[in-house]
Amino acid sequence: MKKLLAAVLAAMMLFSFAACGGGGGGKEEGTIKVGILGPHTGDLAVYGLAVRYGAEMYFNKVNEAGGVNGKKVEVVVYDDQGDSTMAVTGFTSLVDSGIVALVGEVTTGNCRAVVDEAFPINMPMVTASATATSITYDEDTKTVFTNVFRTCFIDAYQGSKMADFAFNELGAKTAAVLYLSGDDYTQGLAQAFVDKCVENGMSVVAQEAFSSGDVDFNAQLTKIMKAAPDVVFLPNYYEDDGMIVTQARKLGLTCTLLGGDGWAGIEKYASAADLEGCFYSSAYAAGSTPELKAFEEEFKATYSEDYLNSFAATAYDAAMVVVAGLEAAEKSGAEVGSDDYKKAVIDGIRTGSAGVKGLTSPSGYSFDEFNNPEKDVVIITLKDGVPTYHMNY
Amino acid sequence: MKKKFNLPVRQLATVGAFALFLLLGNFLMAKKIIGLYYTKVLMVAAINMILAVSLNIATGFLGQLPLGSAGFMAVGAYTSAIIMRKVTFVSPALAFPVCIIIGGLAAALCGFIIGLPALRLKGDYIAIITLGFAEIIRIVILNIDSALGITLTYGASNLKNIPKTTTFTNAFIWVFIVCYLVSALMKSRHGRAILSIRDNEIAAESCGINLTYYKTMAFIVYAFFTGIGGALYAGYLGILNPSGFSFAKSIDILVMVVLGGMGSMTGSVISAAVLTIVPEILHAFSDYRMIVYSLLLIVVMIFRPAGLMGNKEFSMDMLTGLFKKKAKGERSKK
Repeated sequence: MKKLLAAVLAAMMLFSFAACGGGGGGKEEGTIKVGILGPHTGDLAVYGLAVRYGAEMYFNKVNEAGGVNGKKVEVVVYDDQGDSTMAVTGFTSLVDSGIVALVGEVTTGNCRAVVDEAFPINMPMVTASATATSITYDEDTKTVFTNVFRTCFIDAYQGSKMADFAFNELGAKTAAVLYLSGDDYTQGLAQAFVDKCVENGMSVVAQEAFSSGDVDFNAQLTKIMKAAPDVVFLPNYYEDDGMIVTQARKLGLTCTLLGGDGWAGIEKYASAADLEGCFYSSAYAAGSTPELKAFEEEFKATYSEDYLNSFAATAYDAAMVVVAGLEAAEKSGAEVGSDDYKKAVIDGIRTGSAGVKGLTSPSGYSFDEFNNPEKDVVIITLKDGVPTYHMNY
Repeated sequence: MKKKFNLPVRQLATVGAFALFLLLGNFLMAKKIIGLYYTKVLMVAAINMILAVSLNIATGFLGQLPLGSAGFMAVGAYTSAIIMRKVTFVSPALAFPVCIIIGGLAAALCGFIIGLPALRLKGDYIAIITLGFAEIIRIVILNIDSALGITLTYGASNLKNIPKTTTFTNAFIWVFIVCYLVSALMKSRHGRAILSIRDNEIAAESCGINLTYYKTMAFIVYAFFTGIGGALYAGYLGILNPSGFSFAKSIDILVMVVLGGMGSMTGSVISAAVLTIVPEILHAFSDYRMIVYSLLLIVVMIFRPAGLMGNKEFSMDMLTGLFKKKAKGERSKK
């Protein structure tokens, strides 16, 4: 019983400290708070920081130009280290600090955890990188999360686009897939690719999987080699695919290798010779438009080249979409932070995004009934170890 | 030693203090003095307290080193979450306590299956075998759907739409229940037997203590309460992914126990709270917080190698002792 009392009293003491220490956070006049949530440290920091810097860059620009309706946009950043528990507490922390819109979360699983919190309070959310269908639509309850938008395309969209590309542009008749099992993103892409291949009348000769943390892919690659496909689709993250490409070429697999947007940054993980002639889909092609060139120059100068990938550009667009929503909300005259204001932001995003001249979608964004954007896929090819813009598809 | 207060008084006082704490917490939340964010942090702290206190049974009291907390937690979380999703004919608030206990029982069953053979081993083997077990659980949850062609755990695509039934109040009621049961167990004949095994296995065995029986029992209790913690975690987050139950999670909980002091329930509770709240406070330090957090751990372990509390417990006698040092001195002379 002593222990019990001890536990309870100790807990009480600690909590009162915590409560005292962290209070406050009053509203400043004349600013609009926008949150950025994502993994800025840890394994996924490459994605998280790209999103953060990309979005921050646009918000800074808006502020330099006088803000939204004369009000400055104040960015509140929270690093959740890629942990879903911290993503939820982090989101709540941002809400308590008075944000009216959120850019994030970065990964699919954590984003969905945040969506579950954001939907009941109708908090506008734009993610630049979470590509799973379940982010904006729940199949179990048939609910569309009307407050959630994204500036990246969904998994299935990308996988089926690559299947079309392989069939129409590369003239492939047979295909194989090697994907990371137990991962929403990779499985989603692989499934969509396989479905579209079958629809196109191609035959999928091998479907192999590997587990997280694997470093030796020779067993799967040998099986794929025996099936001799025209193309192999590797819808995984750059670190794994870098190793797979290297090992595949070592084994003598010469066919064209395809990837999804998880390939962004792969040139640091495999040699130029091994990657020559590979294709991957992406939301953006480095330097393909003057606007992108200017963005890249500025990003390199302000932040670091290490985080300059497609998510930095989609995050920049996400910030643009948010600002489009904020402008509409300011026009509506609702009080900043009120429920009406949040609703106005959401409506503004829905209607105003067509006029957003985004980096990755210069023709603007439109959202379908599941809040997924309709936009082009960019096909990137690797030449001498440099990702090169191939075509819009 | 004669206690200053007799049992009913102490129990009443404890329950009263706890009720006061709950009322105070709820009052502050209703008045918005404690925001939603701090409420969430406190709920995570409560879940971590349960996990740390239960791991402390196996490490601090039994003297073994299991690294399988994440595995038992996953079993408890998934079991209760799956049932919660299916049971739609009763209100979630009513179904939740039952589901928590079922989650705990499922974890306890796993604890029995793994514990019986594992605890016959000595030394580091228990660490390895529980580590392996936790990984097996995680991989099974990840792949069972695609392997059997069913939709049960949803593997990597997240188990979604779990009713969010964990609240500040019920989380802390469970902390109270777990702490009470563990403290009652450790003061009983069984608890003393478990402690004797930790101190000297050979001596304990020669006194007629059934080593396998008591080791397994302590291990099952550990698994049961960890499962309860997992079930609360599922009800808190509303979405489960196997990647949340990795090896790192087990280590996080072990760090709490070691920092608090192995063998001290008070220590586990305090350090679980501290290690949950400190990283949140450190967000103010931006990128330096990783260094600050690690440094804090190192500094504590240098200056208090036995952990914050050592193997001491906080008690009511300790409180009265503070106020009446003289009286205590006279008593110890006697």
